[in-house]
Amino acid sequence: MAGFKLTHALPGRGPALGTRLFLLLICSVLLMVWDKREHHLQHLRSAISVVVYPIRAAVDLPFTFADWLSDKLSSHNELLQENQVLRTELLKNRADVQRMIALEAENARLRELMDTAASMVDRTMVAEIMAVDLNPYRHLLVINKGSSAGAYRGQALVDAFGIVGQISDLDALSSQVLLISDPEHAVPVEINRNGLRTIAVGTGDTQVLTLPFLPNNADVQIDDLLVTSGLGGLFPSGYPVATVSKIDIDPTQPFAQVEARPAAALDRVRELLLVWSGNERNNQSDAAIAEDENK
Amino acid sequence: MTRPVRFDRFVFASLVIGLILTILPLPDFVTAWRPAWVAMLVIYWTITATDRFGLLGAWLLGLAMDALTGTLLGQHALALMIVAFISIKLHLRIRVFPMGQQSLTVLMLVLVYEFVLYWVDGVAGQTTSGLARWLPALSSAVFWTPLVVMLRWASIMRMRRT
Repeated sequence: MAGFKLTHALPGRGPALGTRLFLLLICSVLLMVWDKREHHLQHLRSAISVVVYPIRAAVDLPFTFADWLSDKLSSHNELLQENQVLRTELLKNRADVQRMIALEAENARLRELMDTAASMVDRTMVAEIMAVDLNPYRHLLVINKGSSAGAYRGQALVDAFGIVGQISDLDALSSQVLLISDPEHAVPVEINRNGLRTIAVGTGDTQVLTLPFLPNNADVQIDDLLVTSGLGGLFPSGYPVATVSKIDIDPTQPFAQVEARPAAALDRVRELLLVWSGNERNNQSDAAIAEDENK
Repeated sequence: MTRPVRFDRFVFASLVIGLILTILPLPDFVTAWRPAWVAMLVIYWTITATDRFGLLGAWLLGLAMDALTGTLLGQHALALMIVAFISIKLHLRIRVFPMGQQSLTVLMLVLVYEFVLYWVDGVAGQTTSGLARWLPALSSAVFWTPLVVMLRWASIMRMRRT
C-alpha cells in the first residue's frame, strides 16, 4: 500500500500531470470567459469572497486598532478644538439645509406641474474603507458593508464632496468598490451650468477624468461643475462628480479634449456613504430595498 | 486527479500569510515592487513538498487570490497553475541548484506568472503598459533566499517540537 502511494505521489509520472494541467486550463478559461461576458459567477465569487474575508479582516485589523488608539489618546484640548470646528460647520450646513428644504419643495411642485415624479430623497448609510491593497492596476477599494446591510451591485457611493464610485462585487460582509477614476469606469454627467449631458470616463489617475464625447463647439468652460445626470439608472442625479480643469480644442480633431478633476477625495477618504436612490425609475435599488425590508 | 493529497497545516499557514502579504497596504512608491509572494510560495512548495502541494492546490489558491484582489475569476488560478506545472516538471533540478541559480529560476518563473496575468488583462481589454508590471519578478528573486531560509528554519523548529 505504501509503495502504491509512493508511485502515485511521484509527480510527472505518465499523463496524469499533463491531463490535469489541460483540465484545469479549460476550467480557468471557462471561468474567465463566464466572469467577463456573462456576470453569471456572482454567487461563486461571493462564496469565495466569504472564505477569504478573514484574510481581509486580519489585514485591516491593525489599522482599525491604530485608529481606535489614536482616538483614545487624543487630548482633551484637541477634542474641544475639533468640537468647536464641527459646531461651526454644523451651523453653516444647517443654514444651507434650511434653504434646501424650501428649494426641494419648490422643485417638487415644479415637477408636479411638469408631471415628472422624481423624488430627491435618498437613503444613505456610512461605510468604512478597509485597509487592504487590491489589484495595483485597477482602482478598487473594499468597504465593510455588504449584502447583509442591504447593499447591491451597482450601488453608488459618495463622500463629503461628491461621487466616489459604485459597488462592483459584494458578499455578505464586505463589498468591492470601483472608483470613478478606474479606466473601465464611466459616469453619465451633465454640466451644472447649462445641463449639457456627456460622459466622464476614468483614466487610471485619481486626479483626472476625461470627457471624450464633447464636440469642439460644445459650451464648456474651465471650472464648470459636472453633476450626475441620473441617466443610465445607476447613479442618483445631482451629485457633484468633477470640475472641468483643462480644455484643449484642436480643429483637426472631431472632439474637444476635456479633462476634469474629481470632486471627491478619491485617494484620501476613509469613510463613504452608500446611497439608496430615491429615484423611482431605479427599479434595481427599489427591489433591493424591498428585499431588505422583507427580511 | 484522485491522488490522495495530505492536508498540511504548515503549508496552509504559509499560504495564508502569503495572501495577507499580498493585500497588506504598502506606501505608494513600493507597491510596484511588492514581490509575488504567493507565486514564490507555490514554487517553494511544489519543489520541496511535491506530494502535498500540486496543480490543484495552486489552482484553488489562485481562485482565492482572484476573489481577494478583485481580478477576473480564474486569472491568478491560470497563472499560478502554469507556474506550478513548470516547477513540478523541473523540481528535481531546481532543488539542487545553488541559491543564486535558484533565484534566477524564480525570476524567470515569476516573469512567466506576470506575463500570463498581463496577457489575460490584455485579452480582457484592460491593458496596462509600463515597466512597473515586471518589477515583482526582480523583487521576488531578491526575496527568494530570505524566504527559503525562513521556511526551512520554521520547518526545522516544527520537526524539533514533534
